[in-house]
Amino acid sequence: MSLLNQTDADVVMTPQNIRTKKLPVAVNLLVAVVALGIGFALTYGASIGTWVLAVVIALILYLVGIAVVAGRIEGRRAARNRMWQALIYAACVLAIIPLASVVWTLISKGASRLDANFFNTSMNNISARDPNGGAYHAIIGTLEQVGIAALLAIPLGVLGAIYLVEYGKGKFANTVRFFVDVMTGIPSIVAGLFVLSFWVLIVSPWFNDGEPRFSGFAASLALTVLMLPTIVRSTEEMLRLVPGPLREGAYALGVPQWKTITKVVLPTALPGIVTGVMLAIARAAGETAPVLLVAGGAAAINFDPFNGNQQSLSLFVYQQAGDASRYAPARAWTAALTLVAIVLILTIAAKMLARRNKLTR
Amino acid sequence: MGDYPSRSDNAFAGGTGVTGRHARSAGTGVSPSSYQEPPIGGGGALPQKARFSMESGFRGLSVAAGAMVLVIIVAIAVFLISKAIPAINADHENFLTFKTWFPNDAQPRFGILALGFGTVLTSVIALIMAVPVALGIALFLSHYAPKRLATPLGFAIDLLAAVPSVVFGLWGRDVFLEPVREFSGWLNHYFSWIPLFGGDGPFGRSILLGSIVLAIMVLPIVTSLSREVFQQTPGMNEEAALALGATKWEMIRTSVLPYGKPGVIAAVMLGLGRALGETIALALTLGAVFSISPNIIQNGGNSIAANIANAFGEANATGRGALIASGLVLFAITLVVNIAARAIIHRRREFRDSAA
Amino acid sequence: MAKRIEASNVTSYYGSFKAIDGISMTVEPKSITALIGPSGCGKSTFLRSINRMHEVLPNARIEGRLTIDDQNIYDPDVDVTAVRRMIGMVFQRPNPFPTMSIYDNAVAGLRLNGVKKKSVLDDAAESALKSANLWEEVKDRLNRPGAGLSGGQQQRLCIARTIAVEPQVVLMDEPCSALDPISTLAIEDLMFKLKDRFTIIIVTHNMQQAARVSDKTGFFSIDKTGEPGRLIEYDDTQKIFSNPVEKKTEDYITGRFG
Repeated sequence: MSLLNQTDADVVMTPQNIRTKKLPVAVNLLVAVVALGIGFALTYGASIGTWVLAVVIALILYLVGIAVVAGRIEGRRAARNRMWQALIYAACVLAIIPLASVVWTLISKGASRLDANFFNTSMNNISARDPNGGAYHAIIGTLEQVGIAALLAIPLGVLGAIYLVEYGKGKFANTVRFFVDVMTGIPSIVAGLFVLSFWVLIVSPWFNDGEPRFSGFAASLALTVLMLPTIVRSTEEMLRLVPGPLREGAYALGVPQWKTITKVVLPTALPGIVTGVMLAIARAAGETAPVLLVAGGAAAINFDPFNGNQQSLSLFVYQQAGDASRYAPARAWTAALTLVAIVLILTIAAKMLARRNKLTR
Repeated sequence: MGDYPSRSDNAFAGGTGVTGRHARSAGTGVSPSSYQEPPIGGGGALPQKARFSMESGFRGLSVAAGAMVLVIIVAIAVFLISKAIPAINADHENFLTFKTWFPNDAQPRFGILALGFGTVLTSVIALIMAVPVALGIALFLSHYAPKRLATPLGFAIDLLAAVPSVVFGLWGRDVFLEPVREFSGWLNHYFSWIPLFGGDGPFGRSILLGSIVLAIMVLPIVTSLSREVFQQTPGMNEEAALALGATKWEMIRTSVLPYGKPGVIAAVMLGLGRALGETIALALTLGAVFSISPNIIQNGGNSIAANIANAFGEANATGRGALIASGLVLFAITLVVNIAARAIIHRRREFRDSAA
Repeated sequence: MAKRIEASNVTSYYGSFKAIDGISMTVEPKSITALIGPSGCGKSTFLRSINRMHEVLPNARIEGRLTIDDQNIYDPDVDVTAVRRMIGMVFQRPNPFPTMSIYDNAVAGLRLNGVKKKSVLDDAAESALKSANLWEEVKDRLNRPGAGLSGGQQQRLCIARTIAVEPQVVLMDEPCSALDPISTLAIEDLMFKLKDRFTIIIVTHNMQQAARVSDKTGFFSIDKTGEPGRLIEYDDTQKIFSNPVEKKTEDYITGRFG
């Protein structure tokens, strides 16, 4: 015991006195006010910047000040505690400003073209001076591309997860698991390039007199590549949550394994699987890069995902953002708002479902 | 029961089922389906046949779906390489060390160096800015904020993580460009002696803008994942620290942060992967200049992915091949990052697994 | 070193739920006090009130006076961390820090206090692990994860971690409930050994254990679910187990209730 007190004089292991002085709130406030005062005085006195710099200087001064003052009154440990707390709160404020700005801009700028015309018309025959024009064709494109991608990725992903959880053992399953992880990290543009070199440049010429052709379906393929690992991972996680005794109960009744999986395991895990799938769809709906490379983009309505260029909402945003027309930014923001609305509705619905999921709670 | 014709029929189906199983999961011991091994000569012949073919069929489907992942990965590598090689062969410069990008000329000249540099630089700067802030918010949400505030705020962060990158890019270009331009001017005025902030302008569409936008984009992702791992810290470990007389921060340092470390590393690496591969947000905010310069505030900067988006429209066959070659490099970089992350997490596992 | 604890009229709440009501008792230094009673009777809540761990839980608050050598630990100018350093706690389930080695676990409290010198830490780790009867078993693998030990070893590691910072009181919240009989015996032996240095208060469901180890015993009970727990009887252990004053105590001890 006393061993400690002897060797390290300044370290008090167990204080005899449990009372301490607390930093009064007034002192805390005083430090803040002084820091702000110095920050502004310094900034504007020497005219070296705007209020932003003043606040930054004030924050640094406050952190130093509180560390010194609290260190004298409450001790080193308490002072460090206060400093980290102040830093953590500052981080929150710092992050909320740009994120709030994104949301605010999205709503305020996006609302300007939120009219019937925007959702009824395409960009066909819309000249640079025409304030009208809409994203109808882009919405169609997004829905079709994401829908087909979901049709491809969901069965593949769920079956793949079933393999990993129910059947897969040994080296091959580990290899698959590893590559699912690798696939999760594939940048979306690489998926786009893959479909470009495989489908658009090699396969599509077979159907099109030797000419490579963009199509909505190519975009679906790229989105499938992006959705597949996400769906496998989330489904795998959910299947693993299904209690083992449930399976054993079915086996004990003489139910074959495939029937146990389809009739017992899958239904139990279903809400979680649906959540994962919806999140994957939401993410795919927002992807721009692969669509840009393989769907080609279009100004007119094209319902056929297998023939000809197709637009998508995210690509529409990108193209309008690069358009010189002075009406383009408004269209871009409204399309962005629409896109975010679609993505968020999917995400919120998925989270609501997850909250009611019995397995994960 | 016991009819010879149908029994031989059955034996055939059962035989494929058995060989199939042995071929796929040799040495896995008793698999549950072996409980349904038909007793010799017993049982209804027809149902057995149906059962077996369904079982092996379903199993085959699921194995095929699993194998599909491998097929896709291999196909990605094969097709990208097959399209990249002709373009690289046509290149009149060294692909790895040349800095600019003229693949559409009669004598194609292009190289990845400046693009690769820009990609890594923007991502690293973005992470340096985003990670500390993200960890701060994650700790705030998991340990400082009252529950009534933490739940909706955490939900909002999760939603922001789902916002498509094109929206952040649009915001960066339409809204954030001006403040960054002003800030760059200020930095240049007072700190031009630091190479990072030198130059004579124009400022704005720079690496600084691109990486701040990337940071804002990555922030919700890293926050949301880190918050989750911080929340999973066992309450009894937090109590153990508090009972030793730790302050709140010391409790976080001794129990929450070490416990969450692998998860945080994974989150940061995921963020890095996102940042490296981010296309549209950077295509909208970077100046698209092919140079390697430490200056981050002058108009300029470029990245592999942004260049693909920018140059794709005008690319001819060689141009497309060149872009695909650059995509291959990006693929390789992200692969390395991914595998490194996994190795780091794996090394820490000894301490975590024994805890379970 | 060891200190006297005096509770007067301690009442604890979880939100609007009153968990214990008007507990008053005095715990002498260098003694072992056992708190027994049926589940949900507030013994653990009372124990956690003694080192202010009760207030860690959301919406928890407390009324009354709790003094340690005449200093009220609930006075507004008291430093919570100092209280907890003075009054250590061992929990129901062994909870070594999962990311730390055995050595790091043993000296975790010292590191928090700013001890950095390797020699001091080494000495402290050895003496704490020896005091916790664990040294012989782990001295060759101090750098292995603490969570890799058996349950009983983990619990002794937690005790070592607690006593390494030299507290004056050690609270134990059902320290043996997750352990097998042999590990339990090891911990009971340890308690006898530690009694010379610390004031020990132990919550236990195991009446034999209370009878074996403690000098004094407090019996907690509730009238019915939803009612606050009360201290029914508090006396020498021998008296409680042989000749209790209260009928309720007798019923509980003889197994007719609870």
